[in-house]
Amino acid sequence: MKKLFLSCLSIALLGGIAIAGGHEKGTLSAVKSKGHIQCGVSQGLPGFSNPDDQGNWSGLDVDFCRAMSAAVFGDADKVKYTPLSARARFEALRSGEIDVLARNTTWTMQRDATLGLEFVGVNYYDGQGFMVRKTLGVNSAMELDGASACTNTGTTTELNLTDFFRANGMQFELVAFERADEVVAAYDAGRCDVYTTDRSGLAAQRTKLSNPNDHKVLPEIISKEPLGPVVRQDDPQWADLARWTLNAMINAEEMGIDSSNVDSKRSDSNPAVKRLMGTEGDLHEAIGVNNDWAYNIVKQVGNYGEVYERHVGANTPLQLGRGGTVNDLWTNGGLIYAPPVR
Amino acid sequence: MAGRAATTSVLNNSKFRAILYQLIMASLLIYLGWSIAENTIANMEARDIRAGFGFLDETAGFSIMMSLVPYEPGDTYGRVFLVGLLNTLLVAGIGVVFATMVGFLVGIMRLSQNWVVSRLATIYVEIFRNVPLLLQILFWYTAVLKPLPGPRQVFERNTEIYFGISNRGITVPEFIFLENFSFTTWTALLGILFTIGIHRWAKQRQATTGEQFPVFFAGLGLTIGLPILVFLLSGAPVEFTPAKMGRFNLAGGITIIPEFLAVLLSLVLYTASFIAEIVRAGIQAVNYGQTEASRALGLRNGTTLKLVIIPQALRIIIPPMTSQYLNLTKNTSLAAAIAYPDLVATFAGTALNQNGQALETLAITMTVYLSLSLLTSALMNWFNSRVKLVER
Repeated sequence: MKKLFLSCLSIALLGGIAIAGGHEKGTLSAVKSKGHIQCGVSQGLPGFSNPDDQGNWSGLDVDFCRAMSAAVFGDADKVKYTPLSARARFEALRSGEIDVLARNTTWTMQRDATLGLEFVGVNYYDGQGFMVRKTLGVNSAMELDGASACTNTGTTTELNLTDFFRANGMQFELVAFERADEVVAAYDAGRCDVYTTDRSGLAAQRTKLSNPNDHKVLPEIISKEPLGPVVRQDDPQWADLARWTLNAMINAEEMGIDSSNVDSKRSDSNPAVKRLMGTEGDLHEAIGVNNDWAYNIVKQVGNYGEVYERHVGANTPLQLGRGGTVNDLWTNGGLIYAPPVR
Repeated sequence: MAGRAATTSVLNNSKFRAILYQLIMASLLIYLGWSIAENTIANMEARDIRAGFGFLDETAGFSIMMSLVPYEPGDTYGRVFLVGLLNTLLVAGIGVVFATMVGFLVGIMRLSQNWVVSRLATIYVEIFRNVPLLLQILFWYTAVLKPLPGPRQVFERNTEIYFGISNRGITVPEFIFLENFSFTTWTALLGILFTIGIHRWAKQRQATTGEQFPVFFAGLGLTIGLPILVFLLSGAPVEFTPAKMGRFNLAGGITIIPEFLAVLLSLVLYTASFIAEIVRAGIQAVNYGQTEASRALGLRNGTTLKLVIIPQALRIIIPPMTSQYLNLTKNTSLAAAIAYPDLVATFAGTALNQNGQALETLAITMTVYLSLSLLTSALMNWFNSRVKLVER
């Protein structure tokens, strides 16, 4: 009798917990109280998010999370990383396992509108390309009729590839793996003739092949892949903070503020620089951070251009030169453009 | 006094109390389930997450490397589900058949008087039973099938290939049955019916007269020999279209992809090692006195095995065998690790990713595995009830 009552009670309690176990309101306060930002990254994509042999993460996406940490805590190193497969990434964000997803993720209408997620901007404009062995003698993607193509499952890549071959009336065999490493290994072993993913990804994964010089990237770009950080849709303040972290990095580059001169720029008289550096105005309050948030970002992480050159630029193994490409500043004819801080 | 006695009697009535507590328990459970469902739906709505099964009618847009039914990238997610399900069933079905055959063979080999044969069987069982299945799948795929030479190294361009092995799979010609082939089909069907009839007749005759009839060879002739004869007489009405080497791959023909082979091979070898042990245990569990008694009656070794040992061993073998079949079916989901397009890889993988409806997709997938398992169980229970010891 007593046992029965107790078991009833415990079930009722469990039920209560299950019902109460929703989301805590306010990602920012949650982040502040736990003392770090949980950042969802890739399982290893050089240039974007890749761990070194000591497990320290670096890359363009990693630096975005570090910039957010600099804005929130004044310390860029208060970030913990969660490596995610393409398949698991959105669920991890929605369930609250991570606070922000910076995982070379393509901004599409379907993802933005139906998944309860918010894309805060674009930190790399990419497009899907093809890599083949030089010995195949292929010079254009239009010659790939009948080929086997390796790619990642659960990505826009898979859809673009299918669209491209269908649109051109060509046959192909799609071999889709869950992990990027498996795709590269299968391509390297000759399971496929073609490796297809975003061109930045091709440049990055090429460095992992046994003979990188035996392969070449075909000229065709078959899709638009604007890659950007993602947050949950139900927290506008956190989304604004993420959006303006990215914008601050871009604006800083545009104003010529970098990590080496940011200290002197704090006393600059230009009102636009003053607003960004937090010496004028109180816009920082609206996103819930201190007035030196942008200063900390640039000081500790760098402006957009510095971060780009450090991880994917011409002097990195990826060799993705920036000049004249869409990833250059709008003032140089590119697409990197941020709304003003005012 | 009387009123008081009535109230206490209701609460003290053990039957009434039992029902009351059951009702309270049941309503609590129902409330719990209902509130979890409602809470989930409310939370999903609050976060603008789409819910419902409408996505099954939407266009999938991606291609699948292997499909038993016609599939185009323009088909729906519902079709993707079907393709994935059939691929899973294919590997599970063929796997169960081969694992049973290999398992029985190895199990009997382990009991062999021949030292070499029984040791070989033991080594087989110990190796395949003790290495994790995922590792075995990766081994067959990465270490055995992927390092095979590519089609461009093996085949000359534009030549016709009747049988080809490369790292893209095993290719055989496509065969089309012409109109006359129906004669062969009908002969085979009639052959099976006749064999069943002969089997019954022979049994009855043996019961009444004691005379035996070679049912096995007669059946073999009727079900296989006669159809082959008819097939040849009707002019071998099958057309073979060989594959042709293109710029990258063989075009045409039927290609069995290496991913399928790796999954099938590892599932069969892994499960067969367990089945072998079950078979050995089942046979050994039959008292040796049965063999001796059978010999005393003058039955030969083969007949002893067929009529005395195996029928008694089967009732021990069937229940654990059911578990192995269930395991094999569920283990097919590991195929996702090497890009074999099974239900988990296509529907609960790619499709889930493209439409983002994890809850619905996973619920469907789990229901499928549950139904498959229950169905297998039901079939095996039915079979078990047929072979179990009939006590008189």
